[in-house]
Amino acid sequence: MIKPVILWTDILIFLLTAVVIAFIYYARSKPHIRAPWKRVFTGKVAAASVVVLLAFVLAGLLDSMHFRLPLESNSDSDETHYAGEVLSVLDILVGPLRTQVEKTYSAPFATHLFSRETIEQSDGSKVRAYPRLVYGGHHLDNPGHDRLADILQRSLLAVAETLLASGLLMFVMAFWLARRHRQPLRIISLDIIKGRLAIPWRTILLVLSLLLLLVFLAINLAAAYHVLGTDKVGQDVFYLTLKSIRTGLVIGTLTTLIMLPFAIFMGIIAGYARGWIDDIVQYVYTTLNSIPGVLLIAAAILMLQVFIANHSDYFETTVERADIRLLFLCIILGITSWTGLCRLLRGETLKLREAEYIQAAMSFGVPHRKIMTRHILPNVMHVVLITVVLDFSGLVLAEAVLSYVGVGVDPTMNSWGNMINGARLEMAREPVVWWSLLAAFLFMFILVLAANLFSDAVRDAFDPRTRDR
Amino acid sequence: MFAYIIRRLGYAIPILIGINLLTFYLFFVVNSPDDMARMHLGMKRVTPEAIENWKASHGYDKPLLVNSEASNLGKLTDTIFFEKSLKLFVFDFGSSDDGRDISFDISQRMWPSLAIAIPSLIIGLLVNITFALLMAFFRGTYVDFTGVIVCVILMSISAMFYIIGGQYLLAKIFRLMPISGFDDGLNALKFIVLPVVIGVVSGIGAGSRWYRTFFLEEAGKDYVRTARAKGLAESLVLFRHILRNALIPIVTGVVSLLPLLFMGSLLLESFFAVPGLGSYTIDGIQNQDFAIVRVMVFLGSVLYIIGLIMVDIAYTMVDPRIRLS
Repeated sequence: MIKPVILWTDILIFLLTAVVIAFIYYARSKPHIRAPWKRVFTGKVAAASVVVLLAFVLAGLLDSMHFRLPLESNSDSDETHYAGEVLSVLDILVGPLRTQVEKTYSAPFATHLFSRETIEQSDGSKVRAYPRLVYGGHHLDNPGHDRLADILQRSLLAVAETLLASGLLMFVMAFWLARRHRQPLRIISLDIIKGRLAIPWRTILLVLSLLLLLVFLAINLAAAYHVLGTDKVGQDVFYLTLKSIRTGLVIGTLTTLIMLPFAIFMGIIAGYARGWIDDIVQYVYTTLNSIPGVLLIAAAILMLQVFIANHSDYFETTVERADIRLLFLCIILGITSWTGLCRLLRGETLKLREAEYIQAAMSFGVPHRKIMTRHILPNVMHVVLITVVLDFSGLVLAEAVLSYVGVGVDPTMNSWGNMINGARLEMAREPVVWWSLLAAFLFMFILVLAANLFSDAVRDAFDPRTRDR
Repeated sequence: MFAYIIRRLGYAIPILIGINLLTFYLFFVVNSPDDMARMHLGMKRVTPEAIENWKASHGYDKPLLVNSEASNLGKLTDTIFFEKSLKLFVFDFGSSDDGRDISFDISQRMWPSLAIAIPSLIIGLLVNITFALLMAFFRGTYVDFTGVIVCVILMSISAMFYIIGGQYLLAKIFRLMPISGFDDGLNALKFIVLPVVIGVVSGIGAGSRWYRTFFLEEAGKDYVRTARAKGLAESLVLFRHILRNALIPIVTGVVSLLPLLFMGSLLLESFFAVPGLGSYTIDGIQNQDFAIVRVMVFLGSVLYIIGLIMVDIAYTMVDPRIRLS
């Protein structure tokens, strides 16, 4: 049997997912929470970006279920040994991408290697030529002639599959909406097509179809080619970018998750209690804030490296070691970024404290603890939400910079920062090896853009100051 | 005014002490000098003598806080805490792990950093304000809408993409300027252009969108409506009323950044091989030179606090409604 490997970040990711799902269930029955969220989802751009974000999250979640495969036992003992390599469900789903490793660089859709090698021909003579790839386009007899037609044929197949799948999707969507709105299927279908519903289902459908098209293209083309080329050691770049999604998401979400309780507690208590407690909290966050973020992270990561180097026996696999470093990076990023939220919450609490309903609660003798959790916390939650969503994209971008500086995630871990860092020097080559860089930047760009657009919508819907405009 | 500044400086002292204690804890207590030595010497061929030698040559061979072997005042001064941490307060930075004088390096490397940071700041400010004014002038129209979308797209692109793309496009394809490097005097000009251009371009998205909100906030106020009611042309309203008032948050924001310009930009400097403080810091981090990182942490914090104080003073100067209290 397989042996599940549960990493620290996995636990936290699934915890976060559970919290989000629980919140959705809770919010469904509360009209005052549903109203702003409904406003978020009525925007076309926001709805589209949510679909894109969910696609990334799905890839990240699939990549967070880790296990180790058993090795084939050659002895008769009952004890099974497990491979040192930790796999995830995503690795299984993408199948051959992981194992189809070439010798070195090859361009996207290439059938030949990027660099010349000495090849021994059948008659014993040696020539300098570009050797054929082992996997990329190996089914073609005459690559120069057949390749374009083959790619076109596969793409057309993908388009056909997409049309079929999105037609099916639309039918399911219309059927579901018809039941919900208690209207005939025909009218609802027309409403979806003409975009007459409150929530822009047509946009959602279009984005989903686009994503499906990409998925089918990937399935059809990646099976036979390296769609985004291969890197220095011949690994498929498309596979590496997919694996990097998880790292980006972990940094973007867990960092805020870790710092959130701390920031909320300190911010509210400082604003509510005032006096010397406020002074101390203000002192702590000014001090932490005044240390340049990158340097504090660098200092902490240097210290962690010393620790790991001196305690290498704590970690069973390299993946576990890299995971601890990732978690630690999240904690450090959290320490440097909680101050902003804390200051906002303190200011908001100072204002709320003078509100009449709080004054009333105080004069009724409601305990302070209860005032803070019952009356103040729910009324500052919009600040928390806006900050969390706004921070996400900045953190994803920061990961790349930190990896470049050398204080980011573990060098063995798949991340966009490491991909960029590894491919950066190859820009000096002639001809240029551009595909690793472009793939990492493109995926990062799509994720960050979707997050930015979504956060704009969330801010517009939740921030009372922008709501009236 | 003078008394106010003095009092603000007084507030800064406990913060600096806090930073000093924190860095001391991070660099000497979490990991002892022994760990540092072992890391530098490599894990395999470490003998206790080698560690002692390394510590002695770098001044880490003293006790952390209290030296019980020394006499009188030496009990407190002949320690790592005094030598390495307290001396930062008088800007005595000591020497880096490879034996160079850090103060000298900083004074040398400050100028290239400033040569890039100051033009980037000024040009970036002008460009961002121009774009933001344009969007505010056409607010509510398609120009504004497209502008905001373009800004969001620009700020979603990684800073590293701007750098790598700019180097590739401008320096390698069009051969307009050298890819990287630096030179003395006026010869440095051709090396400065590209980093400045990239620094400005990478900041346009976030900057103009941010400034646009300031302009829109002012545009919704009563005095602007009055100005329009008087029959003032929209361009006059924009330049004479909105711009001047919106400049208050913009200027104070810039003032807080001024001291930190000394630190340079980590990314730009290291990509363009500029011998400034930013690349100094990165080299320190990558060579695991704890002395340099510790000094830069302290220097950065001091500059940040100076920035905070300058903001407070700038506020009182540009906005007479704010009183010193």
